[in-house]
Amino acid sequence: MTSPATFTQAHISYAAVVPMLVIFGAAMVGVLVEAFVPRAMRYWTQLGVTFAGLVASFLTLVLISRNNKGITAADAVVIDGPALMLQGTILVLSVLAVMLMAERFDTRSADAFTQSGASVPGSPMETNAVRLGATSTEVFPLVLFSVGGMMLFVAAGDLLVMFIALEVLSLPLYILTGLARRRRLLSQEASLKYFLLGAFSSAFFLFGSALVFGATGSIKFGEIADAVGKVNGRDDILIPGMLLVAVGLLFKIGAVPFHTWTPDVYQGAPSPVSGFMATTVKVAGFGAMLRLFYVALEGLSWNWQPVIAIVAVLTMVVGAVFAVTQTDMKRLLAYSSISHAGFLLVGVVALNKTGLSGTMFYLVAYSFTTLAAFGMVPLVRSAGSEATHLSQWAGLGKTSPILAATFSFLLLGFAGIPLTSGFTAKFALFSGAVGHGATWLVVIAMLMSAVTAFVYIRIIVLMYFSDPTGDTHVLFPSALTGISVTVGALATLVLGVAPAPLLNLAQHSSLFLR
Amino acid sequence: MSDFPWLTTLGVIPLVGAAVVALLPKGATRNVRPIALAFSLLTLVVGIVAATQFKTSGDNPQFQLAETHSWIPQFGVSYAVGVDGMALSLILMSLVLVPISLLAAWNDIPEGGRRQQSYFALLLVLETFMVGVFAATDVFLFYVFFEAMLIPVYFLIGMFGGPRRQYAAVKFLLFSLFGGLIMLVAVIALYQQGPGGDHGFLVNSLTGLHMSESTERLLFVGFFIAFAIKAPMWPVHTWLPDAASEAKPAVAVLLVGVLDKVGTFGMIRFCLQLFPDASKWATPVVIILAVISIIYAAIAAIGQNDMMRLIAYTSVSHFGLIVLGIFAVTQTSVIGSQLYMVNHGITTAALFLFAGFLIMRGKSKNITDYGGWQRTTPVLAGVSLVAGLSALSLPGLNSFISEFLVLIGTFERYPVAAGISVVAVVLAALYILLMYKNIFTGPKQQLVAAPDGTLAMAGVNGQGGRPSTGVTKTLFDEPDTDIADIPAEAKVRGSAIRDLDVREKTVAGVLIAIMLFLGFFPKPALDLLKPAVRDTLQHVNVHDPAPHAGVTTEGSSK
Repeated sequence: MTSPATFTQAHISYAAVVPMLVIFGAAMVGVLVEAFVPRAMRYWTQLGVTFAGLVASFLTLVLISRNNKGITAADAVVIDGPALMLQGTILVLSVLAVMLMAERFDTRSADAFTQSGASVPGSPMETNAVRLGATSTEVFPLVLFSVGGMMLFVAAGDLLVMFIALEVLSLPLYILTGLARRRRLLSQEASLKYFLLGAFSSAFFLFGSALVFGATGSIKFGEIADAVGKVNGRDDILIPGMLLVAVGLLFKIGAVPFHTWTPDVYQGAPSPVSGFMATTVKVAGFGAMLRLFYVALEGLSWNWQPVIAIVAVLTMVVGAVFAVTQTDMKRLLAYSSISHAGFLLVGVVALNKTGLSGTMFYLVAYSFTTLAAFGMVPLVRSAGSEATHLSQWAGLGKTSPILAATFSFLLLGFAGIPLTSGFTAKFALFSGAVGHGATWLVVIAMLMSAVTAFVYIRIIVLMYFSDPTGDTHVLFPSALTGISVTVGALATLVLGVAPAPLLNLAQHSSLFLR
Repeated sequence: MSDFPWLTTLGVIPLVGAAVVALLPKGATRNVRPIALAFSLLTLVVGIVAATQFKTSGDNPQFQLAETHSWIPQFGVSYAVGVDGMALSLILMSLVLVPISLLAAWNDIPEGGRRQQSYFALLLVLETFMVGVFAATDVFLFYVFFEAMLIPVYFLIGMFGGPRRQYAAVKFLLFSLFGGLIMLVAVIALYQQGPGGDHGFLVNSLTGLHMSESTERLLFVGFFIAFAIKAPMWPVHTWLPDAASEAKPAVAVLLVGVLDKVGTFGMIRFCLQLFPDASKWATPVVIILAVISIIYAAIAAIGQNDMMRLIAYTSVSHFGLIVLGIFAVTQTSVIGSQLYMVNHGITTAALFLFAGFLIMRGKSKNITDYGGWQRTTPVLAGVSLVAGLSALSLPGLNSFISEFLVLIGTFERYPVAAGISVVAVVLAALYILLMYKNIFTGPKQQLVAAPDGTLAMAGVNGQGGRPSTGVTKTLFDEPDTDIADIPAEAKVRGSAIRDLDVREKTVAGVLIAIMLFLGFFPKPALDLLKPAVRDTLQHVNVHDPAPHAGVTTEGSSK
């Protein structure tokens, strides 16, 4: 195509990438707001900027990008059906997640975040900051940067852009994880752990990219795919390269054996951030993985499918079995998210159009339910902080019937009971796998579904069939949390009863460009 | 008139009733029970009208009163309902049992209020699912109802049951979910064997498929495990005694009498119809499991002290007979099984509800805590005896005809299995009559604490003396009961143990009337079922030219 000697200026189709530009622009504005707007006005200003950015980005996505699909920026960015669908999903989820993060209850700053992230926990400096009414409004531009990274991640057209996007989405998350208002040491520990392990996995990804480049002579997915068919005798660097790249991505989605950070980080991070990570990051991670395996490495499917299948089995089993032993709600949700990642990997293994649309549908369905569940965790309080121990949730069915009913419904959604989105999603996902012949994987997935169902049902038992104990009480949320949780629960119901429109969208969006 | 969506209407009425009951304002909660009962009676009336639209003579399609709408075209799922004789008879049975159970459950939640609202609303929701699960003619839709039904039952057991209700509810749910999830894999795989398309999940589209032998067998096993758990058959029956024992009697009635029928119903509708060759392949194993169920559960029933568990075990035994008849696949045995499903529903309802009446008075589920109650409560003793005789298949009562049909039908093909199963008739007489003897006959018991502490009333008065009892509040410690609701009890409140009141007599009278009717004049039911049986046998023989389903042919495959 292009001769290596001459420099050709990359053509960028701005119409295709405008949603990302809007997000990054809004994030920049957010940084400026942080610098120049008086403290008292920052919260509302930041909230306005963030929502405006997310909504504008979504509108441009639907109105402009959708009609300008294509490969652009010298093959670095691919705006195709899956990219647009996942970007849209990420944006919608981010709006809901930001609503949760902005929840203030009756205080003057976002309740989940510390007022002074830079101070040592318990130090005079922190006390001072609290007394002066400091706020952590920087979380909003951080979220926007992360969202921008995710949008690029699912649209990356070569390994380097994918790596950059991976870093852009990860770095803000490391910071967000460490900003919890309560139990700050735990939060900071989680942040450090996430950062270190994340850095390792990034290194794996980069090293793998180098090997793949060495074997195929290109970092572009399309050219890698072509080369995989032609190159002979370089499997000894191509296969390790492929596996190392996969490690980087498997880490992000929390697949076993790269999952150990998940429970610690989800537990330590502020609950809305955990919800944000459990949903959008997973969407982005699976989007990138689907593109890598379906576009670039499709020719190697004989090599990666068994590996991913084994990882899927391990992820499902470990996630489900460890979820049984958890006593902390956030850790339990973390292990549950691990087992769901395992289910999703079954869809990845399918390697067909049904598997792709099924995976995307599952991602959407699962994310709404998960976000709503994480959004409800901060409402249950004991002694001033979140009551995350399971025993503190006992008897909520009697004391707070609405919260208990909603949460139970979400749990039934996780368990995949019919008439919830969890069921239709499982069906969509596993149809692809059964069609591919991976029925044994689906059987294991179903057995593990039964195990996770036990976990979810145990919580329902606790809330409904046990008597309330201790000083657990439930805060009445503002409209922000209210809307967010309601949307999540409604999506769980609607996608369970009338999934046809979204399935349609997923099926029409399941064609990768290369 | 025939275009009217009868079955959808049947499903919607109880759902509306549930919503009304659940949303009643605080001041109107005293109307919860009448409203719930009214809705269930309305459903019954509509159901009877719908049944008159059903044609039993002439050449009809397999499913009548059918409605088909596209639901999730991407999956090939339709909202498709319709009934054949078997489905209609089971729906009618459910519609009869719900108001009876509601009436029997009148005082289950004595404290009233929110809990009572939830209880009756859940029962009505359950009725919707029961209609749906029998009426669904789309495999996916059936599965949706099959699984969704677990949730109201789970809450009914878990929130309103006896002391070990949590354990029982979770066990019930896990067993059912396990079977259901295995079945889901088979459901997905089945669709991919079928013609596909927007209506690819319709039972009619999936009947008579040609698939490889191993695929068909695996799919059969996937479906059968779920139905065997549901039915329940040995060795996956263990959840039933726990669930039935911990649930309120009315819930136990719907659980054992109706929900478990989904298992045997599914065996006929799905296992036999969709996988005829695999069914033949599996028949020897199924027959053996059925015979073990019949004998084992009957012996286990004899050993029970908890009368609710005893009744649950009798059901396991009877379900074994039903399965035996289904898989013997002769015209006589299948029609016997289908009739047995209806009869068993009525008989079990009577056993559970009468036992519930007794437990309400004696405050213990243990048979040894009773004795001589015939003198105190002669009417209760009488109706219990009739129900018991029906369970042991006394001629003249409903179960006899169906059990007889199953046994002679099975004997044509599997004489050994039928021969062994006949022993269950004797065992049935043992467990029923022993229970009756220990509870109702003998000397009248003291109503106050006896020195040796073994008597029923002694257990009540001693501190913590009734560990196995599910009844925490009864008529004795409930002075606030609405007098208008139970005038007979109010008059003699707390004085002594009273016999059945008007409400309970109504329940008993209706049930016994049905038993006698079906016992002496089963023709309407048999007419309804005959075409369904013909269809079933046709499906099974689709790939099998050998005419060994004929009634006159001597079975030789054993």
